[in-house]
Amino acid sequence: MTWLTEYVRPKIRTLLGRREVPDNLWVQCPACQQMLYHTELAKNLKVCTHCGHHLRPLAEERLDWTFDNGEYTRIELPKVPADPLRFRDTKRYIDRLRDAREKTGLDDAIVVAHGTIGGQKAVVAAMAFEFIGGSMGAAVGEGFVAAARLAILQQAGFVCYTASGGARMMEGAVSLMQLPRTIIALDMVKAAGLPYIAVLTDPTTGGISASFAMLGDIHIAEPNAEIGFAGARVIEQTVREKLPEGFQRSEYLLEHGVIDMVVPRPQMAETLARVLSLLRRAELSQAA
Amino acid sequence: MRYFLDFEKPIAELESKIEELRQMSEAEGLNIADEVSKLTEKADRQLRATYAKLTAWQKTQVARHPERPKAKDFIRALITDWTPLAGDRAFANDAAVLSGMGRFRGRPVMVLGTEKGSDTETRVAHNFGMARPEGYRKARRLLELAGRFGLPVLTFVDTSGAFPGIDAEARGQAEAIARSIEACLMAPVPIVATIIGEGGSGGAIALAAGDSVLMMEHSIYALISPEGCAAILWKDGTFAATAAEALKITAEDLKRLKLIDAVVPEPLGGAHRDPATAIAAVGDAVQAALTPLLALDVAALHARRREKYLEMGREAIA
Repeated sequence: MTWLTEYVRPKIRTLLGRREVPDNLWVQCPACQQMLYHTELAKNLKVCTHCGHHLRPLAEERLDWTFDNGEYTRIELPKVPADPLRFRDTKRYIDRLRDAREKTGLDDAIVVAHGTIGGQKAVVAAMAFEFIGGSMGAAVGEGFVAAARLAILQQAGFVCYTASGGARMMEGAVSLMQLPRTIIALDMVKAAGLPYIAVLTDPTTGGISASFAMLGDIHIAEPNAEIGFAGARVIEQTVREKLPEGFQRSEYLLEHGVIDMVVPRPQMAETLARVLSLLRRAELSQAA
Repeated sequence: MRYFLDFEKPIAELESKIEELRQMSEAEGLNIADEVSKLTEKADRQLRATYAKLTAWQKTQVARHPERPKAKDFIRALITDWTPLAGDRAFANDAAVLSGMGRFRGRPVMVLGTEKGSDTETRVAHNFGMARPEGYRKARRLLELAGRFGLPVLTFVDTSGAFPGIDAEARGQAEAIARSIEACLMAPVPIVATIIGEGGSGGAIALAAGDSVLMMEHSIYALISPEGCAAILWKDGTFAATAAEALKITAEDLKRLKLIDAVVPEPLGGAHRDPATAIAAVGDAVQAALTPLLALDVAALHARRREKYLEMGREAIA
């Protein structure tokens, strides 16, 4: 029980999971500006009841909505050296980290849990955009590696919700090295014959898209999510052209053959369940 | 005329004075050998002192020096029987990625390099070393080909990054990079990657996820350009020098962080002052890195690679 005891310390963190109840019971849709009643919005999985805009949820909400009956076991993320570069811009990185931890109650920008989806064993890693823009440093990379290993250990399907602006600048080249690290972890999952489904949500850009987000056996995107490698502004400055309508959005990627399907959030869990069931290899389904 | 960087001004002045004196002595038959040798010594001291303590931002400029040897210079000097190979078999041949087979010190190898070009015409032809998806897909194809025929792979990386263009995004730039990294990591043959100038983010690691990663002394390897980082975190591009320092992008930094394997020393004053010596040193370092890897069978090579990348960054630096 070496890495298992080290990584998988199941702890249902209800104590820490103090979900923030908005002070204001009304939320404005950032797309159509309509005021939405917060319980109604929550019931609709944070999809605007007026225009269908998918608001950005918390990583934990992803888990609630994905696993059967919202039941799952979170695993604690492995510890990594914090602030490897001793980075400081206008603020010390170590302070940014502390603030983000206090604000979100998360250790870093990824949460990992296991449970069942449509009755099938699954490990879900959900990136937390609310934690420094979901950016990937060593902790996110390590969390992803742990999730992949857990999937192999449990012979479970692996699902990752991506939501990130890219690699975390404050960890410099250490962040960049998370690209090969996460890809190695994925190759271990694939070698074990297990399916890996990438669910791309708004936004999925930079180093995330250039690693595990784009290496799914199946790519599913939420509607109108920004997905791409280079930032739109950088592209505009480089090519000095106006960007086409809907550029780097889910539907554009579907049209260009980069993703398999665009699935609205309320249909996501059932879609994942169906895809996972279809990708079960025969001998595994018999054993199950 | 040599191209001098801003911080090399004092050296440039001394060198032009020496040149002036030389011409004067030739023209007027004066014997000023003493004066010239004194100045030469002074210029040498100045060069040594300047290059002994380059800042990260100064190194960035040396790494981008227009006269710095480019990937094609390395291939020309180090590879015999050079046989260029082209195309991703789907869309185009990307000239930003040089690719082909040849012999490195007698042994057949596959070679990939990002080429910035060295004058206006070649810079445009090679898209300033910024590859599009077809470049990374060509790399992937040739990595697979190398694997089938047991050719070790040598890469020479010099790019500011993947091309940020509408067409590149439409054809799946992110996926192409991810697959190229994956192809490096899955290759059943040893890969020795050398950062020869600029190692710009995803566009660089797409060809640099090797078993042994070398950096030339004055090359840089970064998640984001110092200018880009300054614009985002400091909201002001003029903080590039500060950002360069903070990002830890020099060969020395990356070695200390244990993200690369070795630093290849450059001639005094940078590779552009003596390209032949600089390239020969890289050749020796590549040979030294490759030799032990050749002794490993596929299983051992894969296990070693997996271990290398999974352990990377787990240890904090002091």
